[in-house]
Amino acid sequence: MYSVEEMKKLANVIRYDTLKAIHVVGSGHPGGCLSAVDILTVLYFHTLRIDPNNPKWPERDRFLLSKGHAAPALFATLAHRGFFDIHELLHLRLHDGRLQATPNLKIPGADSVSGSLGQNLSIGVGYALAARMDHLDYKTFVMLGDGEMEEGQNWEAIMSASAFRLGNLIGILDNNHVQMCGTVEEILPYGCMADKFRAFGWHVVEVNGHDIAALIEVFDALPTQPDGAPTIIIADTVKGKGVSFMEGKAAWHGGSPDTEQMKQIELELGGGTL
Amino acid sequence: MIANRIAYGETLIELARERSDILILDVDACKSTGTLPVLQQVPDRFIQCGIAEQNMMGIAAGLAMAGKVPFVATFAVFTCMRAVEQVRNVVCYANVNVKIAGTHAGLETGGDGGTHQATEDIAIMRSLANMKVVVPASPNATRKLTRVIAETEGPCYIRMGKDPQPELYGSEEAFPLGGSKVLRDGRDVTLVACGNMVWRALEAAKMLKEHGVSARVLDLYSIKPLDQEALIQAATQTGGLVSIEDHNIYGGLGGAVAEVLTEHAPARLIRMGLQDVYGRSGNPDQLYEMFHLTPEDIVRTTLAHFPKS
Repeated sequence: MYSVEEMKKLANVIRYDTLKAIHVVGSGHPGGCLSAVDILTVLYFHTLRIDPNNPKWPERDRFLLSKGHAAPALFATLAHRGFFDIHELLHLRLHDGRLQATPNLKIPGADSVSGSLGQNLSIGVGYALAARMDHLDYKTFVMLGDGEMEEGQNWEAIMSASAFRLGNLIGILDNNHVQMCGTVEEILPYGCMADKFRAFGWHVVEVNGHDIAALIEVFDALPTQPDGAPTIIIADTVKGKGVSFMEGKAAWHGGSPDTEQMKQIELELGGGTL
Repeated sequence: MIANRIAYGETLIELARERSDILILDVDACKSTGTLPVLQQVPDRFIQCGIAEQNMMGIAAGLAMAGKVPFVATFAVFTCMRAVEQVRNVVCYANVNVKIAGTHAGLETGGDGGTHQATEDIAIMRSLANMKVVVPASPNATRKLTRVIAETEGPCYIRMGKDPQPELYGSEEAFPLGGSKVLRDGRDVTLVACGNMVWRALEAAKMLKEHGVSARVLDLYSIKPLDQEALIQAATQTGGLVSIEDHNIYGGLGGAVAEVLTEHAPARLIRMGLQDVYGRSGNPDQLYEMFHLTPEDIVRTTLAHFPKS
């Protein structure tokens, strides 16, 4: 078991390795990676029932990254958890590499295909239904971005998860408030997301998505009944979290830090494995 | 006579009883798609997703990722177009075991009109990598092809119309993927058709005989993979081909045939189908007359382009 302090340190190592991978290949989505890292760290080093040596274990918990552009952060987390060598991240987005821009089923530990926004909650509904049919007690976690909640398919999925009473489905909203061309408030203000989910029959939990101890508490308190209201964890986060010049900036939705910026990143995060 | 979609629903019930991994997903269309009996007879295998095709396709992908074999069905316009990006990315790009049925394809949809008559679904589905595409011509062909796609790993699309179809095949006839059927041999011209145009081609071939033209009739039920050898033989053994489809002439059966002929056996090909127009409301018989897809139209077109030798 990792302590809260260890996970805090590990999260920054994952942040650094994520940015290093993006820096080396010269493209990616740093902002949305960094906002998700603390949540990913708690999931993979505390919560998820997984076995890196048996990535297709039928009873494993599923994790689906609906905001697929944050894949480098997921890949760095999977590598640190032991699913593959961390140095594979230096071959991100390359024609002969396994780690494509977004998750796919050939990557050890990846349970879905994403990249096109708004689609993995539906896939999560499929997994959760299958678990119940097969009498397996695994949970299905789907990480959503707040920008992608503008996709209508998410609301179809939200309605169906509630209708199917999928108590084994957990959405995690990486609520970083910023999308590609501006803030969510500027692009398409959504009002109160918690009220919306409640209105659709979901169990709503709100948490600071960068508070490791609080995240642990939330994940530990998840409902255990497979038949009941699905849960949405609305995690308030900061786009670009952990790197001062990236925080809250739509400009860092896409792009890659240059060599000088990597030096600053190393100073702020304390470096990584790569 | 029954419609292919009815045979499809009946076969799904058999499959669901034989196999524990078969699931049937619906978007409030089961009264139309032929899967209502599934709900009535094997309700624990039936998942009602509501009128939300994109979500249904994602749920199907998730079920397939978890080891199930989901069959999704609705009108072909919706499976192939409302949800096409989902089909592309989370079914075909992911290469998961989802079976997609498009019913009410073509003008047979009749009164429901142009918005509900899919006339581009073959073109769309066959352009997706990993996807296989079959178009049964009769209930027995539908029964066998439904089983074939259930046994085939990966994404598959099966196209069906609305109306009852005459039976052209015995119940033991096999329909391997990538195959085709010569329903009538001939030497002057080959009428290549799929789905509900096959019996029309057969009728046309009988009439052509009275005009002294010997027409081969080829049921190209497997659009992808395609029976290239049968087409090469048609091109080299007969004087040319007429393709007939209840679909736009662009990109569907005629397009697929043209690709093979151009690369392997250049021959004259006349494409019959919708001439880059949409259908409209109406009685199907009158629509097929209006859009020149009756057996008599096939005869006229064939005689105009392939005068008897």
